[in-house]
Amino acid sequence: MKLAMGRILWIAAGLIALAIIPVALTSYQLGLLTKMLIFALFAMSLNLIMGYAGLPSLGHAAYFGVGSYTVGLLAVKVIDNFWLDFGAGLVAATITAALFGFLALRAQGAYLLMITLALAQVVWGIAFGWRELTGGDDGLPGVPRPAAGLPLSLADGVSFYYFTLLFTLLGTVIMWLVIRSPFGAALIGIRESERRMEVLGYNTWLYKYVAFVISGVLAGLSGNLFVYYNGFVSPAYLSVIFSASALIMVILGGAGTLLGPALGAALIVYLENAISAETERWLTVLGLIYVVVTLFAPNGLIGVFRGRFWTRATWGRAA
Amino acid sequence: MTFWAIQTLNGLSFGMLLFLLAAGLSLIYGLMRILNLAHGSYYIFGAYVALTVIGLTGSFVLSIVGGTLAVIVLGVLMERLFLRFLPPDELPQALLTFGFLLIIGDVSLWIWGGTPQTLPKPEIFEQSVRMGPLIFPSYRLFVLGIGVVIGVALWILQEQTRLGAMVRAAIDDAQIARSTGINVSLLSTGVFAFGAALAAFGGIIGGPLLGVYPGADFEILLLAFVVVIVGGLGSLKGAFFGALLVGLLDNFGKALFPQLAYFTIFAPMAIILAIRPSGLFGAR
Amino acid sequence: MGARGVRALAVERLSHDFGGLRALDQVTLEVAVGERLVILGPNGAGKTTLFNLLTGIYQPTEGRIHLFDRDVTRLAPHRRAGLGLGRTFQITTLFPRLTVLDSVLLAVQGCDRARFALMRPRTAFRHLYERAEKLLGEWGLTERRAAQTRELSYGEQRQLELLLALAAEPRVLLLDEPTAGLSPAETVSVAGMIRRFPRDVTILLIEHDMDVALELAERVTVFHYGRVVAAGTPDEIKRDPKVAEIYLGVDEG
Repeated sequence: MKLAMGRILWIAAGLIALAIIPVALTSYQLGLLTKMLIFALFAMSLNLIMGYAGLPSLGHAAYFGVGSYTVGLLAVKVIDNFWLDFGAGLVAATITAALFGFLALRAQGAYLLMITLALAQVVWGIAFGWRELTGGDDGLPGVPRPAAGLPLSLADGVSFYYFTLLFTLLGTVIMWLVIRSPFGAALIGIRESERRMEVLGYNTWLYKYVAFVISGVLAGLSGNLFVYYNGFVSPAYLSVIFSASALIMVILGGAGTLLGPALGAALIVYLENAISAETERWLTVLGLIYVVVTLFAPNGLIGVFRGRFWTRATWGRAA
Repeated sequence: MTFWAIQTLNGLSFGMLLFLLAAGLSLIYGLMRILNLAHGSYYIFGAYVALTVIGLTGSFVLSIVGGTLAVIVLGVLMERLFLRFLPPDELPQALLTFGFLLIIGDVSLWIWGGTPQTLPKPEIFEQSVRMGPLIFPSYRLFVLGIGVVIGVALWILQEQTRLGAMVRAAIDDAQIARSTGINVSLLSTGVFAFGAALAAFGGIIGGPLLGVYPGADFEILLLAFVVVIVGGLGSLKGAFFGALLVGLLDNFGKALFPQLAYFTIFAPMAIILAIRPSGLFGAR
Repeated sequence: MGARGVRALAVERLSHDFGGLRALDQVTLEVAVGERLVILGPNGAGKTTLFNLLTGIYQPTEGRIHLFDRDVTRLAPHRRAGLGLGRTFQITTLFPRLTVLDSVLLAVQGCDRARFALMRPRTAFRHLYERAEKLLGEWGLTERRAAQTRELSYGEQRQLELLLALAAEPRVLLLDEPTAGLSPAETVSVAGMIRRFPRDVTILLIEHDMDVALELAERVTVFHYGRVVAAGTPDEIKRDPKVAEIYLGVDEG
C-alpha cells in the first residue's frame, strides 16, 4: 500500500532519532541500544514465519547461533577477513534453514514446535559437545571487531552502532518488501486458511519453505552481528530459552506487524538488563512475562496502541 | 558382551523413565490437546521435593509420596487456574507452559541451589544381581520392572476399564462425551494430575540414576518430545516403544559417540519422520 | 462448449477408505464439458469425500481421476487448481481476518504469475486489482470490499466463498452445498448466481435442497453409502422409486 504522509513522517523521525542518538547516550547505553537492534532483527525474522505465515518455531536460535559460531570460529581460528567470515556465516545459516525447513515443514502445530526444537537442539548439542572445536560450555571468546577495510575501526561503540544500524535497517527493508509483495500476501493467506490457498492454486509448502529460509538467513544475519558485538558466543545462544525469548519478543511487541517484534525485543533487552542488575531471578520474571502476556496481552504492545488490548488474539491462526 | 548387556539395560531403564514422561505428555495432549512444556518441571520438582523429604525422613517411599503429591497440587493449580483459559492453539499453550517451565526451574534453583544432587538409593537395591556371567545393578532392574508394570497397568486402564473408556470417549469427542453424562472437566483435571504425577514419579525413581540439577527439566523434556514424535503423540503404545528406542539410542550414542550428542537420536527421528510424519503409532 | 467426446471430469472405480470404513466404493462417473451435474444423497453418502478426492485433499485407495482426459490421480491440489479445477467448501473456508477485497485479490493472484513475486509490491500489479474490482462489481459485493470476512453475515460469506472459487476462472467448478444454512431469499439469490455462471464452465453441485437441485440440474447422480445408486435426468430421478425410498426412508432429506 502507498505510505500515507503521516507514516512517512514517523519513519523519517525514527530514522533521524536513531541516527543522532549516539551523542545523547553513554557508551554503556549505546552498547545496550546496539544489542536491542540486533535482537530486533532476530525477532523480526521469526515474525516472518510466525506472525505472517503462521508457523510457530521453538528452534529459531539455531540460525542465529550458526551465524554467530561460523563467523566467530572463522575469525578466531582461520582468518580474520570480514567479507569471508560474514559471508560464510550467512551461507551457513542459509544451509541450516534450508535443511531444517525441509525436515520440519512436513509437520504442523504441536509437531512443528517439537521438531523445530529438536533440530535446534542438535546444533546446540554440537556446540556443547564438541569442545575442541567450539569450546563447549565455556564458549568461544576473543572474537575481534571486523576489519572491514573501512577507514574507521569498528572497535569503538559508535562506529559499531552505525554498522549494526545499517544491517538492521537492511534486514527490515527486506522484510518490508517481502511482506508487501504478492508472495507476502500469499503467506498471510496461508496463515488464515491453508486449505483455501491450496485449492486456489498455491503451492503452500513452497511458500512456507521459502519464508522459512529467508527467516533463517535474517536470523543468521543477526547472529553475525551479535558475535562481533559481544566478542564471545556460547551454546546459550543456541538454546531453547533463547528461541523462546524470540517468541516472546514477537508476541510482546505484536505478531504480524512489521515493527512490533522490534519493540518487543527492545523491551526484553531493557528488562533483562535492568532486572538482572537487581536480582538473580531474571528467568522467573521472564517466565511471568510469558504467562501474563499470553493471558492478558496476546496482541502485544502494538495491539494495545491500536486499542485492541482485550480482543482475542488469533495467534497467527484463523480465529 | 558385558558392555553390551550393561548398556542395553541402561538404555532400557532410561527408556522407562522417558516412558513415564512421554506417557503423561501424550495423555494430556490426547485428551486436552495441550502440549505441556512444563512437563519437564514436574520431573525435577518432584525429584527435588523427594530429595527434601528423604533428607527429613529417610524414607524412599515417603519421598515418592511427597514428591508426587507436591507435583499433583502444582499440576492441578496450573490446569484449573491457567490452562483452562487458553485458546486451542499450540502457540499460546507453548508460551504459557514454557513460562511455567522457566518459573518452576528458576524457583527450584533458588530453593535447592545449583549443585547437582543425586537421590539416595533405597538400601534393598544396594546389591547387584547376578544373571549367569553378568552382574546387573539391581536398582536398574527395579526401574525396568516398574516401567513395565506401569505400562501394562496403563494399558489395562485405557482399554479395559470404564474410566479408560470415558477418557477415550472424551478424547474422541468431548461434546458427545459430555452429553452422555461424563464430567469432562473433572476428567481433564484428573488426567492432567495423573500425567503430572507420572512425570514426578519418573523424576523420583530416576533420581538415583540421573540425579537432579538445573537444566534437567529441559533435557528430559526434549527427549520426551523426541519420544512422542517418534512414537506418535497421543499413543500409549507409541510412548512405550518410542521411549525404549530413544532410551537405547541415547545411551548407546553417549557411550559410543560422545561427540555426536543428539545426533544418534536425531538421525533415526528424521528418518522416521520422513517415512511416517505422524510417528510410528500416531493417528494419521 | 467443448468438443464432443472430451470429458471435463471422469472418475473410474474410485474408492476411498477411512481406516476400516469404506467411504466411497467403486464410483464411476463422467461429466461432459459445460454440463450441470447435481449430486444428491443423504448425509454420509460420500459426496464431500468425492469432492475431497477430486481436488486432491485425499488420495484414493483405488481408482483414477481424469480432468479433461488427463490423469490427475496423483496430482497435488494446487496443480489441479492450475488445470482449472475450482471448489467451494461445505464449511465456509475463507480468510477470517482478511478483507473481502484482499480475499478476492488472493483468489485472482492464485492463477497469475505475479504470485511468485517476492520483492515488488503487490500494488504494482494493477491488473490484479482491476480483475478483483470487476468481480466484486459483477457479483454485488463492492460496498463490502473493506469489511473483514469475519464481520460478514453468513449469507455474504457463502457468496464470497462462491466468488473466490470463480475468481480463479475455473473450467470445472465443484460446489459443496452452496445454499446450506441460507434463508429462502438468500437461497434464491445464490441459485440465481449459479445459473448465471458462464456456460463453458462445468459444474458439479452437491445439494441438499431438492428443489434447488432439480431446478439447476441437467443430470443428477444419487449417492448412498458411498455408491452411485441412480443417475439420469431430473425427471428420471424424481420418478425413481429407489431414490424416493432413500429420501423418505431416512430422517433427513
